[in-house]
Amino acid sequence: MTLLSLKSVTKRFGGLTAVNGLSFDLLEGETVGLLGPNGSGKTTALNMISGYLPVSDGTIALAGDAISTLRPERIAHRGVARTFQLVRALPSLSVGENVLAALAFRKEPLWGKAAETRIADLLADVGLAGRAGQPADSLTYIDLKRMELARALASDPRLLLLDEWLAGLNPTELRAGIDLITSLRQRGITILLVEHVMDAVRALCSRCIVMNAGSKIADGPTAEVLADAEVIRAYLGDDHA
Amino acid sequence: MKFVLALVALVALAFVPSFAGPYPLGLGIGVLGYGVLATAWAMFSGPTRYISLATVAFFGLGAYTVAVLSETLPYPVVLFVAAVIGLVVALIVGLATLRLAGIYFVIFTFGLTELVRQLVTYYEVNVTRTLGRYVFLPLGPEHIYWQLLALLAATLGMAYWVRQSRIGLALRVIGDDPVVASHLGIRITRTKLTLFSISCVIMTLAGAIQAPRWTYIEPSIVFNPTTSFLVVIMALLGGPNRLFGPLLGAVPLFLLFEWLSANFPNHYSIILGLLFIAIVFVLPNGVLAAGESLWTRLSRREART
Repeated sequence: MTLLSLKSVTKRFGGLTAVNGLSFDLLEGETVGLLGPNGSGKTTALNMISGYLPVSDGTIALAGDAISTLRPERIAHRGVARTFQLVRALPSLSVGENVLAALAFRKEPLWGKAAETRIADLLADVGLAGRAGQPADSLTYIDLKRMELARALASDPRLLLLDEWLAGLNPTELRAGIDLITSLRQRGITILLVEHVMDAVRALCSRCIVMNAGSKIADGPTAEVLADAEVIRAYLGDDHA
Repeated sequence: MKFVLALVALVALAFVPSFAGPYPLGLGIGVLGYGVLATAWAMFSGPTRYISLATVAFFGLGAYTVAVLSETLPYPVVLFVAAVIGLVVALIVGLATLRLAGIYFVIFTFGLTELVRQLVTYYEVNVTRTLGRYVFLPLGPEHIYWQLLALLAATLGMAYWVRQSRIGLALRVIGDDPVVASHLGIRITRTKLTLFSISCVIMTLAGAIQAPRWTYIEPSIVFNPTTSFLVVIMALLGGPNRLFGPLLGAVPLFLLFEWLSANFPNHYSIILGLLFIAIVFVLPNGVLAAGESLWTRLSRREART
């Protein structure tokens, strides 16, 4: 079943077209990589899906219902959760409260004792067991990323948007991060990940969509797409194609 | 235990008028009045960090409602009408401004106070052909004191409830990062509007209750912008993100301002400005937070030695 469907989605900022007629479908349970060089429109596409940016043209549908005119909180209630390219922790809250903030305002809110149990589980899932009481601004970069992922998972998403979640991790952390996303995939969560770490893309994604200068230039099985001449040209320039 | 302590303190404070003379009672009214305003201000502005300078607009509206209606309607009804007016204005202002952020919100709320004051002045001069109004209500200072004490208790109770509830968490998330808030499913405008309105209704009531104290009311008295600034300084001094912080800031600052304005009437504003700067520089999170971090540092040092 198709979970997410983009049809000719366009985003213009004044004279600049950041995303130009982007169309693709995501099947339920798929983990798909959204690739492309810097400035190709990947994050803008995620921002439109999550409702952070309104679309200029085209439609986005979640499980058949148009969501492209909805505000982010409505889209969140329909089951879309995300992390941000630059981690956005809530610095004045504790680690546990960061997760509680998602539990308390999701479609079926959790509060009180039930929430506490769930927070402990979610933090354990991402490798932050027992850290609920710690101030969020005291976490290291990787732990902030883990916390942000726990917060995204707290809303029980159908679709998870990960924006360069693996960027900036050392090799050991990267391994742990890939394992973590693999475990989410096994739970049946549909994942769209924007990523530059090709090892991770190969390990996690069965399919990839590649963008360049706002348009889709490839869409297919990961191995094929990564070997595609146009994709290599977009990433590395003409000499390598 | 905390609840019992608060109740005992409330009862004890209720007996103050039976032994305090007129001057101390007047000071008590001032402390309670500012305590209410600062607590109500911090309820919204503390977690969201939206610095509102509209406090006196609502305070003045409350006082003016009493001045206009006290001869035609029973007093409790006048208070109710004042609360409704405060609510309606808060909703209008909130819907218009709460999408603004940072400095724009500050400037707007400051401008709003001037606008309300000028509108009231215009109405009085051109329509009713008067500027000042007399408030004759059979209410002694002790009645005003008790009403303010009850309002303060209700405000603290409300602030406590907000801190424990989902809406309190929502405000803190919005204050930290509105983008994350919306992506977590928080309805930002509705949340901010709700708390802003509650806070403004309390401010309106604080003005309404204190109106009989002046006997004579005119726009320049009840819409004095200094009140808005004082409330901000008080809340910042005590710590706007703590339940008793704003009240704790209001008590010493009100007494200090009383003393300053009595002894240095000409330099009062200069000292006020300097104090404002000093508080923001030295204690950006308030006295309570500063005390707490000092306590942590000292106990750490003790543990080491």
